[in-house]
Amino acid sequence: MFDFFFQLHPVIQGLAKGLAVIMVIFPLAGACSLAERKVSAWMQGRPGPNRAIVPWIAWIPLLGVFLQKLGVFHLMSDGGKLLFKEEPVPGHVNKFYFILAPALAIMPAFTTVTVVPFGAYFDAAGAAIPLVLADVDIGLLAVFAVSSLGIYSLILAGWASNSKYPFLGGVRASAQLISYELAMTMSVIPVFLWINAPGQPGTMSLAKAVEFQSLPGFWGGSWFILLMPLSALIFLISLFAETNRHPFDMAESESDLVGGFHTEYGAFKWSLFFVAEYSHMIIGSGVFVLLFLGGWNPLPWVPLSTAAQLLGVAGLPLVVGVLSIVIFLAKVVAMVFFFMWVRWTVPRFRYDQIMKLGWQKLLPLSIANLLFYAIAIAVIQK
Amino acid sequence: MNAHPYAFLALFGAVAVAFPLILLAVARLWFRFFQPPKPSLDKGAVYECGIAPSGDSWIQFKAHYYLYAILFLIFDVEVLFLLPFAVAFTTLPGGALVAMLVFLLLLAEGLVWAWHRGHLEWK
Repeated sequence: MFDFFFQLHPVIQGLAKGLAVIMVIFPLAGACSLAERKVSAWMQGRPGPNRAIVPWIAWIPLLGVFLQKLGVFHLMSDGGKLLFKEEPVPGHVNKFYFILAPALAIMPAFTTVTVVPFGAYFDAAGAAIPLVLADVDIGLLAVFAVSSLGIYSLILAGWASNSKYPFLGGVRASAQLISYELAMTMSVIPVFLWINAPGQPGTMSLAKAVEFQSLPGFWGGSWFILLMPLSALIFLISLFAETNRHPFDMAESESDLVGGFHTEYGAFKWSLFFVAEYSHMIIGSGVFVLLFLGGWNPLPWVPLSTAAQLLGVAGLPLVVGVLSIVIFLAKVVAMVFFFMWVRWTVPRFRYDQIMKLGWQKLLPLSIANLLFYAIAIAVIQK
Repeated sequence: MNAHPYAFLALFGAVAVAFPLILLAVARLWFRFFQPPKPSLDKGAVYECGIAPSGDSWIQFKAHYYLYAILFLIFDVEVLFLLPFAVAFTTLPGGALVAMLVFLLLLAEGLVWAWHRGHLEWK
C-alpha cells in the first residue's frame, strides 16, 4: 500500500516526514494551550472557554453543545485570529533579529522530534524495532544539543526588542536555562551508565533506554524512575526550568516583567513563541517518559510484548505499533497534565531562589547521584 | 530509510526553520494586501505598562548574569567529557573509573571554589 512512498527520492521522503511531524506537533501544541486554559478553569472552579462554535456543528443535537462547552473551537478561532490580525512591527526594534527570533524558537522544538522514538513494533524474530524518524546513536545528546539552541531565541527576542522588560526577561531566561542544563545533563548520565552493558557498542539512544526497561526479571522490568528516583526528580525539576514553565517562568513572569521576552511581540510572531513553549513541553515530557517512565511499556514489569500477547495481537506488527504509540502518547499527555497541574498549584519562585536551587542544590545533588551510581554499577558488574 | 540518519536531522532542521518563516511570510502578505495599516504613535511605542516610557531602553543590569554564564561554560565543557565516559563505562578497566572519579572531584572542586567565593549567591 505504501510502496510508492519508499520509491521516492530520500530528500522528498524526508520532507514529507518533516511536514507530517509538523502537522502533528503544531496542532498538538495548540491543543495543549487550549487544555491549559481549560485545566486552569477547572482548577479554579470556572467554566473556562466555552463559547466558540462552528454554525453547522451547532445543529448536531448533543455533540455540538458538548464540543462547545469543551471549548475545542477556541483552538481554531485563536489560531485564525493570530494569523490574520494586524501585525505591526514596533518602530524601535531591531527588525531582522526581531523577526528571526520566533522562527529560531520553533526550530529546536521541531528538530528534536526527529530523534525521539514514539513507539515500537516487533519483527518476525521478536526483536523490537523503534518507530523513530532519525535513528541516531547519540539520541539524547542530539536532544540536548539542539534544544539548548532555544536559548538564543529568547536572548535575541529580548535584545532585539530594544525595550526594558523584554531585555530583562531575556537576560534572566538565559541565565536560568544555562544553570539548569548542567543538572539536567548530569542527572541522566546514570541511566546511560546502566544501559551500556559490557560487550555491546555504546549508545545514547532513547529507544535503547526503553529496551532496558522492558527486559524480563525484577531489575530488568522496573522503570528507571524506580531504580533512580533521584535522577528522575532532578531531571523533572530541570525540565520545568528548561521549558520556562511555572514555577520557573522567570522569562515571562508577568507580575514584574509584563510579558518578559515577548512583551513587544504580537499576532503570529507571538504565537510562534507560544507554540515553541508547548512543543518543548511535549518533547520534554516525551524524553522523560522514555527515560524514566518505561516509554511504551504499559506497566512496570509488564513490557509491551507481554501486553501484546495478553491481548492476542502479538503477530500483528501494525496493531502492536499503534498500541505502543497510544500507550506512549497517553503517558506524554499525563505528563503534560502534570506540568499544568504544577503551574496552577505552586507559586512562582523568586529569582535568587531559582539560582540557589539550580546551583547550590540540584548541581551538587546530581554530582553525588552520579558518583553513587558510578560506584554502585561498577561494584555490581565487576 | 536509506539516507543517513544525520542527513535527515539536518534536513529536518532546515524544514523547521523554513516552516515558521513561511507562516510569517503568509501573515505578512495578508497584512500587506488585505489589512489597511493603521499606524499610531502608541502602537509603535516602547511598552512600559501603558505609561509613557522613561529614559533609554539600554539599561544597566547586574553583571552577575555574566558570572553564571562563565561558570556554566566551565562546567558544561566538563560535563561534556562525562558523556563518552558514560557510554564506554562498563568496558573500561578499574583504573579508568578512578581517573573519572578524580575528574568528577575536579568538577566538584570547581563548584566548591565558586560557592566559597560567593559567586553562587544571588546578591
